[in-house]
Amino acid sequence: MSNKSGKAISAVVRYLLLIAVSAVILVPFYWMITTSLKDQTKVFEFPMRILPSPVVWGNYAEVFEAQPDFLLHYWNSFYIAVVVTVGTCLFAAIAGFAFAKIKFPLRSVWFLVLLSGMMIPAEVTTIPNFIWFSKLQLADTHFPLIVPPMLGAGGIFGVFLLRQFFITVPNELDEAAEIDGCSPWTTFWRIMVPLAAPAFATLSIFTFLNSWEDFLDPMIYISSSDLFTLPIAMKLFTDTAGTAWHLLMAASVMATLPLLLVFFFAQRKFIDGIATTGLK
Amino acid sequence: MSNATTSKLRRRNAWYGYLFISPMMLGFFLFLAAPIVYAFGLSFTDYSLLHPSSFVGGDNYARLVSEDAQFWRTLGNTLYFSAGLIPLNLGLALALALLLNQKLPGTGFFRTVIFTPVVTSIVVWAIVWKYVFATDAGLLNQILASLGIEGPAWLYDTALVMPVVIVVSVLKKVGMNMVIFLAALQDVPKMYYEAATIDGASRWRQFRSITLPMITPSLFLTLVITLIGSLKVFSQIAVMTDGGPGTSTYVLVYYIYQLAYKVFDFGYASAVAFVLFFLVLLLTVVQWNLRTRWVHHEQ
Repeated sequence: MSNKSGKAISAVVRYLLLIAVSAVILVPFYWMITTSLKDQTKVFEFPMRILPSPVVWGNYAEVFEAQPDFLLHYWNSFYIAVVVTVGTCLFAAIAGFAFAKIKFPLRSVWFLVLLSGMMIPAEVTTIPNFIWFSKLQLADTHFPLIVPPMLGAGGIFGVFLLRQFFITVPNELDEAAEIDGCSPWTTFWRIMVPLAAPAFATLSIFTFLNSWEDFLDPMIYISSSDLFTLPIAMKLFTDTAGTAWHLLMAASVMATLPLLLVFFFAQRKFIDGIATTGLK
Repeated sequence: MSNATTSKLRRRNAWYGYLFISPMMLGFFLFLAAPIVYAFGLSFTDYSLLHPSSFVGGDNYARLVSEDAQFWRTLGNTLYFSAGLIPLNLGLALALALLLNQKLPGTGFFRTVIFTPVVTSIVVWAIVWKYVFATDAGLLNQILASLGIEGPAWLYDTALVMPVVIVVSVLKKVGMNMVIFLAALQDVPKMYYEAATIDGASRWRQFRSITLPMITPSLFLTLVITLIGSLKVFSQIAVMTDGGPGTSTYVLVYYIYQLAYKVFDFGYASAVAFVLFFLVLLLTVVQWNLRTRWVHHEQ
């Protein structure tokens, strides 16, 4: 075999492997979207069609009729994820900046203490937190879904990430700012934050996702249905009569789409962010 | 600047330092450090919402070790999940990274597709796969039926259910590790390969002697992170199997959840939670110690 045809064959094999894996990964998206557009009576149709016929866009509107609170659950998930993301970025950034750039006594000791928190699984602290939050009348509220993720393990990961980033900023930059009379806050806000945009992008999308897909915490804490977030609201599409698959899939598409769109538009920056911000 | 202003500035900066780290330090003590101490204390009590609690010494741990067969099955299931997930996830991620590291047209497209599940909610991911693997109306069994094969009850067969959950979990996260490996591969200096090619080294030899040693830091870090993550698996189990059929997919976090919030046995649940904590702690310590010994080219 000549070298040239060998190369061609290896390229074909390579593409076939990539296509196979991609196809398997796209299966759930295909199934989710086609089912969300099926007529209720055609959901279990056999043999199945590749594309639904007729295409029922009305399923998306019907989600809001079948579950009048769906919009509220959507809003709950959204605002919780936004608050957690903004809070994590802010608190992790000021702490990361302090650990990287400000000299204060016992700095490295405090940093190690904080880092040790990364090996405490949130799943282990959930029982004491639940007992305390219950006693403080905070159990059936959004407080446990917002504050502990922001200032707990997820936040610490952010501190670590941003400290790594701020360390790479040349000291001359913040020293010059200090000589010019900038307070540490001004240096942080005017100089460091704009520089850290890629690190913030990476931290934001992961923090948002972690909050958006959090399942255990709402299962533990939330019992009032008007406080439900999307992950636990999905069970409402199943009742004693079975699961309304066409509606559940339409709801799933709506729950997935925003984050996917953000990812598709920012994916190059985002993936590069993972590669360059010390995650590797 | 005079000495007086320097020391004044230094003191002011120290205050800023403490101010800036205080929200995170407060969160650490309130939501991580204090709870872990309290959880350890709870594991020596029979704390429950159903009756007044009392100190029971090591009873919970004794029960866990010698009386609770379900705990051992649960631990076994968790390790089965990890043992299945790790090689599949890391192997596939590395293979995909090697495939995408070539300058072929379309690699950007494949990279995006394979990464997409990472930014898809795990709950939605698990719901849809549960439907794909459904016995009668599921996509997979419909495809099999059209080929004249009667598909099994994937999620109701004790032998099949865990492999299914493992595959679904691998597909969700493989893109993340792939991107990390891809970044590591791109950091390997090209001249190493050029020199090896001149010396007549085969592709396999180049992979073994150049690529692998150069990416061990990433490989090792990814291994530990993926392993710790796999010990904490919960959402896909809760959505796809509810621990079943029977208790065949009970994993540690699912069992802790059941013990604490279904039977309100907080004391015993804390003891089980501490097993998880010690496993994670052990892995973290092993990671710190072996890092320098195993990993070449530590930066």
